[in-house]
Amino acid sequence: MGAGHAHPLHLARDSPVHRLPPQVKIVAAFLGVVCVVATPREAFVVFAGYPVVLGAVWWAARIPAGWILRRAVIELPFVVLAVLLPLTGPDPRVEWLGMSLSEPGLLGAWNILIKGTLGVLTSLTLAATTSMRDLLVGLQRLHVPALVTTIATLMLRYVDVIVAEAGRMRLARVSRGHDPRFLWQAGATARGVGALFVRSYERGERVHLAMLSRGWSGAMPVLSTAGLATRRDWTVGLAPVGAAALLAFSGWVIV
Amino acid sequence: MHMSDGLVNAPTSLLFGAVALVWLVLAALRARADLDDRTAPMAGLVTAFVFAVQMINFPILPGASGHLLGGALVAILVGPWVGTLCIAIVLVVQALLFADGGLTALGTNITNMALIGVVVGYAVAVALRPLARRGKGGLAATAFVAAFLNTVVAALGFVVEYAIGGSGGASLGTVFGLMVGLHALIGIGEGVITAATVTAVAAVRPDLVHLLRGAKTPLLRRAAGTAP
Repeated sequence: MGAGHAHPLHLARDSPVHRLPPQVKIVAAFLGVVCVVATPREAFVVFAGYPVVLGAVWWAARIPAGWILRRAVIELPFVVLAVLLPLTGPDPRVEWLGMSLSEPGLLGAWNILIKGTLGVLTSLTLAATTSMRDLLVGLQRLHVPALVTTIATLMLRYVDVIVAEAGRMRLARVSRGHDPRFLWQAGATARGVGALFVRSYERGERVHLAMLSRGWSGAMPVLSTAGLATRRDWTVGLAPVGAAALLAFSGWVIV
Repeated sequence: MHMSDGLVNAPTSLLFGAVALVWLVLAALRARADLDDRTAPMAGLVTAFVFAVQMINFPILPGASGHLLGGALVAILVGPWVGTLCIAIVLVVQALLFADGGLTALGTNITNMALIGVVVGYAVAVALRPLARRGKGGLAATAFVAAFLNTVVAALGFVVEYAIGGSGGASLGTVFGLMVGLHALIGIGEGVITAATVTAVAAVRPDLVHLLRGAKTPLLRRAAGTAP
């Protein structure tokens, strides 16, 4: 079946970052972004420090910067929102290239842009260095309830199957001349979604029976034999977070 | 749309993270009662379905297309508790594996879409249940209203979060007008597609529509091996 083993943002490498226990990486990524978000936006210099920290992690993970940056375009919709702020924000206003821009709006836009970008880059780093299976193990180790990790496991295992099924349905519609252009022509696609739900649900019923016949007792067997995180893993993994925390702290000192 | 990091400040992010966590624990407990030992496989497959549905593009106008968010759809089809779990898990996976939605914004995103969205969608659907039971048209109207209000009220959730700890730079009125206006348009699309999808499911397997459970023709359930 081949499903549930890779995701499009994963970059399979063998590096110290890839080898770190996943729970360390999840905690580090989350705390790192908390540091970024907690930095006062007026501390402009400090925000130059975060890309350096991220760059060091990429170097250690052997991820080319271009690979990450190309994928950061996910963020573009937020840029649109940020562009609106200076135009619609409150007074006082500044003149720039003949446009009247709002000062608080400019600050707000800068805040959203820089923090959003750093957040996306951090998430991409986590995704690039952590496989789907490792991520689930990490969530388990972080004591996420077993029900949630089991649902997530089954979801990731079957998502490619369901997506492929949706793709086949689309192909079938298109090859019968389906070319909808307006919302009121979406009926066939929506009925396809309805059929997809019925098929997914019935597949779930079959999967449940198959699991029962293989001795399903309500808990998934352990997914990975990777060892628990040692003190050293935590120290190494949280080192970039320490740097980020220092940056955030210096931001508060400057302002 | 998913919120990114930096839209609201750190304390607000953590506050709504706690709100989302409490809601998820409640949903996990109640979902078990809904589906018993089938919970994990059924919810897993429905979650995969939600994920796949968000990849299907619907036409809006020539050159513009959008995708379903699915909050009201799952609330009507599988109930509020399993629906909450499905949407929340999709959001977590999107944030961790697809860099879609910020890590610190996970709490606010779950609050908006898995809590406010699903609860509003389901509450509206339940309030209109007598209409939904009347037939295909009634069910379609119920699904449309539920999905429309779900989208608009979820956007209001963002406005509230922005009011509490937003990055500023815009008056609240502007944010309100922009978000609610934009999501009213999105909500119309969401409503039309949800209505068509729910009626399609009800036509084939009405027993699968959670909202219609307990209707006139209850499904006969027998243990294996017993004579009819």
